[in-house]
Amino acid sequence: MQIPYMYIVKNFYARRLSASITVALVGLVVFAFAVVLMMAHGVQKALVATGSQENAIMVRKGASNEISSIIERESARNLEALPGIAKGADGKPLVSAEVATVINLEKIGGGMSNISVRGVGAETFQLRKGINLKEGRMFNFGARELVVGSAVPKRFSGANIGDKIKFSGDDWTIVGIMDCGGSAFDSELWADCEQLMQANNRSAYSSVTFRFTSRQDLENMKATMATDPRLNKMEIEIEQDFFEKQSEALSTFLKILGLVITIISSVGAMIGAMITMYSSVANRTSEIGTLRALGFRRSSIMVSFLSESLLLSLLGGGIGIFFASFMQFFSISTINFSTFSDLSFSFALSPAIVISALVFAAAMGIFGGFLPAFGASRMKIIDSLRAM
Amino acid sequence: MEIIKIIFKNLFRHPLRNTLTMLGIAIAVSAFGLLATVLTSWDAGMEAASVDRLITRQAISFIFPLPLSYRDKVAHTEGVQEICALNWFGGVYKDPKNFFPRMACEPETIFDVYPEYQITKNELETFKKERNACVVGESIAQQFGFKVGDVMQVEGDIFPGTWDFKICAIYKRRDKNTDGTQMFFNWQYLNERLLQESPDRANEIGWIVSKLKPGANAATVSEAIDSQFRNSPAETKSETERAFNQSFVSAYGAIFTAIRAMSYIIVIIILFVLGNTMIMSARERTREFAMLKTLGFSGMQLSWFIAGEAIVMSLLGSVVGTVLLFGMVYVVGELVPKQFFPIFFVAKSTIITAALSAIVVGLLASIQPIVRTRKMKIVDGLRFIG
Repeated sequence: MQIPYMYIVKNFYARRLSASITVALVGLVVFAFAVVLMMAHGVQKALVATGSQENAIMVRKGASNEISSIIERESARNLEALPGIAKGADGKPLVSAEVATVINLEKIGGGMSNISVRGVGAETFQLRKGINLKEGRMFNFGARELVVGSAVPKRFSGANIGDKIKFSGDDWTIVGIMDCGGSAFDSELWADCEQLMQANNRSAYSSVTFRFTSRQDLENMKATMATDPRLNKMEIEIEQDFFEKQSEALSTFLKILGLVITIISSVGAMIGAMITMYSSVANRTSEIGTLRALGFRRSSIMVSFLSESLLLSLLGGGIGIFFASFMQFFSISTINFSTFSDLSFSFALSPAIVISALVFAAAMGIFGGFLPAFGASRMKIIDSLRAM
Repeated sequence: MEIIKIIFKNLFRHPLRNTLTMLGIAIAVSAFGLLATVLTSWDAGMEAASVDRLITRQAISFIFPLPLSYRDKVAHTEGVQEICALNWFGGVYKDPKNFFPRMACEPETIFDVYPEYQITKNELETFKKERNACVVGESIAQQFGFKVGDVMQVEGDIFPGTWDFKICAIYKRRDKNTDGTQMFFNWQYLNERLLQESPDRANEIGWIVSKLKPGANAATVSEAIDSQFRNSPAETKSETERAFNQSFVSAYGAIFTAIRAMSYIIVIIILFVLGNTMIMSARERTREFAMLKTLGFSGMQLSWFIAGEAIVMSLLGSVVGTVLLFGMVYVVGELVPKQFFPIFFVAKSTIITAALSAIVVGLLASIQPIVRTRKMKIVDGLRFIG
């Protein structure tokens, strides 16, 4: 027979201070746990949003980012000639050869950071959906003008419409702000590719992005490239996969650091729960004796105390997630290890994070409550009744 | 003295609960210390950066190269003793995950400019003579099992092609906070191949490190260097190594803030665990405290019973936690690739902070029980049944 749940709930009220401390303890650990995972997920989400499943990107073999990739003009032309590249409404192949570089800008609040500058071709805006002009106008091809991602003016000083940024021996005027849906492009400066190459006196691109007609055609292209001596130093990959990989180093770092710390602190919280439960058992020794004398089984006593501790920890877990979810309104920026440049991202909650945080909370409750509950169920009726 | 005796007697009244509390504190203190160690290790890298070395790079950003002709101009600047030009090579050694800095340098001067990287005279002679020779740091040698004489094959990305480097020396670190994860090879090896394969990228250098003459003013010399190249297509920016590193601290700001926030959360966890125990203990002893009050003990003395017990417990916990911390730092240092934390050790400041916060937390945790005990009327206390 089961012990009524009201008995458990009423007991919370009787020992409210101790019970709320335990709930707060679990809540804090779960909050930290969830926030760290949200940071890692936010980084990943921003970079997944950067690429598309319908596009592919060509970089030099072994290059994990665009700045360390070199693609000569000839190789870009050779790629364009391959079958399997989709054509736009105007009949031109949907290909954007781009050059990526990094400049230093002053952060608002002091200090420097790196920021990516991307030189793009005219086809880019057909290739990449979800890029909308928010303010000002688009840069003119042939002019030394820049459009900045929406996160840039918020983080860097002198990066608003009308400001001039001096690099590559020239002043570049910011003429517009673009909204890129929270992707990594929101942390970039865009300009005309040819202008950027001229200014930097370079003759090679960094990457070539194109729309492919079908997965099968893409596989055929890969096979052709492997045997073509002009292209076998390059590799092509789905654009989204390429960018997602750039999130790995930073998100893994955040995850490992966060998990190590929260797991260690969860042991502290577990011990806190254990202390509360032990005293909960000790204070009710005679009650336990009475319950047993009334005919409740040992297992019912155990289940009752375990549910008490589980309930406390789940309550804590719920509160922790509740407060963590407000973090979604914030976005932060840091250097992405893989691209050496500033990446702005929001804390992002996912169902997987909610579930793992709740499981984590439940585990704290069960492990913290097991020994005290076991002890309570082992008590001898006579001894416990005599305890008063 | 009697107070101390009573505090210790009280500590042993609930051995299980108090041991658990202490353990909880110990574990939280070790987590707190681990975070502090991550932060101080980064700072240590910053401290290791010299203030009498200047870094000169293109003003736009690090990845834009400088013309080779700048090298001699910088070398002849007033106040500069010795210079070394370097190039970031990058590349992939077997797997992109095996990241460590690989740089082209001038073998003639690199070890004069960086005296904290130590190799023997013979090794240096080999490094100067053999074109494809390279020197690796001891941390990286240990991680990948490199030995002198091994050939390291790197697939270039910034500089395409397959490159073979013969390891001619493993440099030792002079100080505890010297970075042991770098790899240096001869700039000529890089440049000769570029001259053949892509001549428009040859004769360029990434940045110049200058060692200042004793007594030279870093700001004056920086200005003297930069003014030579003002209004040229490749303007330079010179600053001390430390200033250069510090300018990037804000770039990582968000991560630092997150780590700090986490360590505050841990302190609150410690406070809750200890507070919970102290509230329970004081509650159980309500009648006893009423009795003591009747006997004439002052509120102050009773407060010390409670606070003293809390402080002893949190101090013991933080001692155990610090011992645990040393173990953890050792394990993390062994498991985590050296590139993440080239320098990783427990700083004195971490230990002091842990001990100080233990005392503060002990005091804070006893506030509620103390207030309750002092406000309690003797009659109510005696009547209390828990």
